[in-house]
Amino acid sequence: MFKIISAVISRDLKLAMRRQADIVSALFFFIIVVSLFPLGVGPEPDLLRKLAPGVLWVAALLATMLSLPRLFADDHRDGTLEQLALAPHPLGLVVTGKVIAHWLVSGLPLALIAPVLGIQFDLSTDALVVLTFAILIGTPALSGIGAIGAALTLGLRGGGVLLSLLVLPLYIPVLIFGAGAVDATVTGLGGEGHLSLLAALTFASLGFAPWATAAALKIALE
Amino acid sequence: MKDRFNLYRFASPATFYPLAGALTPFFFAVAAVFGLAGLWLGMLVAPTDFQQGEGYRIIFIHVPASWMSMFIYLIMAGWAAIGLAFNTRLSGMMAQALAPTGALMAFLSLWTGALWGKPMWGAWWVWDARLTSELILLFLYIGYMALTAAIDDARRADKAGALLLLVGVVNIPIIYFSVQWWNTLHQGSSVNLSKSSMATTMLWGMLLMAMCFWMYSIAVAFMRVRTIMLERERNTEWVKTLLAGDEK
Amino acid sequence: MIHWNSFGEFLAMGGYGFYVWGSFGVTALIMLIEPIAVARNRKTTIARLKRQLRAENRNTAE
Repeated sequence: MFKIISAVISRDLKLAMRRQADIVSALFFFIIVVSLFPLGVGPEPDLLRKLAPGVLWVAALLATMLSLPRLFADDHRDGTLEQLALAPHPLGLVVTGKVIAHWLVSGLPLALIAPVLGIQFDLSTDALVVLTFAILIGTPALSGIGAIGAALTLGLRGGGVLLSLLVLPLYIPVLIFGAGAVDATVTGLGGEGHLSLLAALTFASLGFAPWATAAALKIALE
Repeated sequence: MKDRFNLYRFASPATFYPLAGALTPFFFAVAAVFGLAGLWLGMLVAPTDFQQGEGYRIIFIHVPASWMSMFIYLIMAGWAAIGLAFNTRLSGMMAQALAPTGALMAFLSLWTGALWGKPMWGAWWVWDARLTSELILLFLYIGYMALTAAIDDARRADKAGALLLLVGVVNIPIIYFSVQWWNTLHQGSSVNLSKSSMATTMLWGMLLMAMCFWMYSIAVAFMRVRTIMLERERNTEWVKTLLAGDEK
Repeated sequence: MIHWNSFGEFLAMGGYGFYVWGSFGVTALIMLIEPIAVARNRKTTIARLKRQLRAENRNTAE
């Protein structure tokens, strides 16, 4: 089981490394969107500190969305996906591997750059730590749920916009608990409750989403 | 909806088509009867609410519309589950026929909520847990309709839509819980429409209106599913004979 | 039995007339327009399908 997953991960990472430009552009998208907000609402530190969790999380949701259409599209085009669907091992495991690989190249970089962007918003050290941690444990859920949307919209016209229409409403709990964790730290309530709920969301979606995604892929490949 | 327990007999579009056609006027008539009774009780007989004055009468459409918007989504998810499990053609068509009505109900719930909120809290929109959840439900409806509209192949549209509905139905409690949590944290105002002490006439008025909305939804969904059936089954014999003869 | 003393009072809804009738009006409008739109869509669909069927029959006859 782990052999299959790790094989898929290393394959997808190798492919992703050949297109580093994609990873870098999603990351810069994140940075630019976050940096636009102070220009829009003004530089008062109090206001920025209040906005920071929401802004960073919404930008993280959008940045994750950017790379989702590519999750299965390339494999679909060259026929690899059909091979994988016909292979004897369950497609859900393959998808789990692909989701983890997607997180490694999309969610993980966001978590690493988030504290730097948090400084722009005058967040305290505590809040920065919680922010990084929240993005770190919340983004796998985004990759997991997003994979379902990517599979449902595979090969459709206007797939990218449609994908965001399907997936963004489902991202709302992650947004609420992710931004809530940082918010609670800023206001001194402590973000542990939010973080554990966020972790629960991630575990639930990593357990459930790959199988729903596999079912959606089979529908798309019929 | 009502014919679910006859599903196996009527799952074939050729038998369901005339049945739905015969039942549509009946459901419209029943909806009208319930609606008139509900309006009579709610608008003419029911006393003034001592807290909210006459403004509370919006409840007679706000609550039924909210109930229907949630109920229709559940019914669609039920059809989706049947469709994926038994591979019936009817279920996907029914889900697609119900979706626009469900979305309209969600819209009506938001619209009446805004008109109710303005005189009560002085704002058209409040980020109250229920209104916010209703808005997200509307997004879910729109997502479903956009997905099924984007897929040309009807069978794939049915199945992909069904899967999305099931994913949505699993997520709705999580979304609702998270919005509730978010709301209590930010101490938003809460619409306690249904919690205020309610006279029996008010309750009956509301229930009658809910029945009216329910019957109306069935009638419109039946009308819509008939069109979908003709479109989908245009190459089958029964549709061809139907079209060649004088279509009633 | 009836709660209102006059029709004017009924329309005013104790000062909430705009909100109450705004809600009921839009609901009534939607419940009127939706069936009409569905019925019209059905008519155009039937007409289109009939045309297609006739064209098909002509092609097979030739």
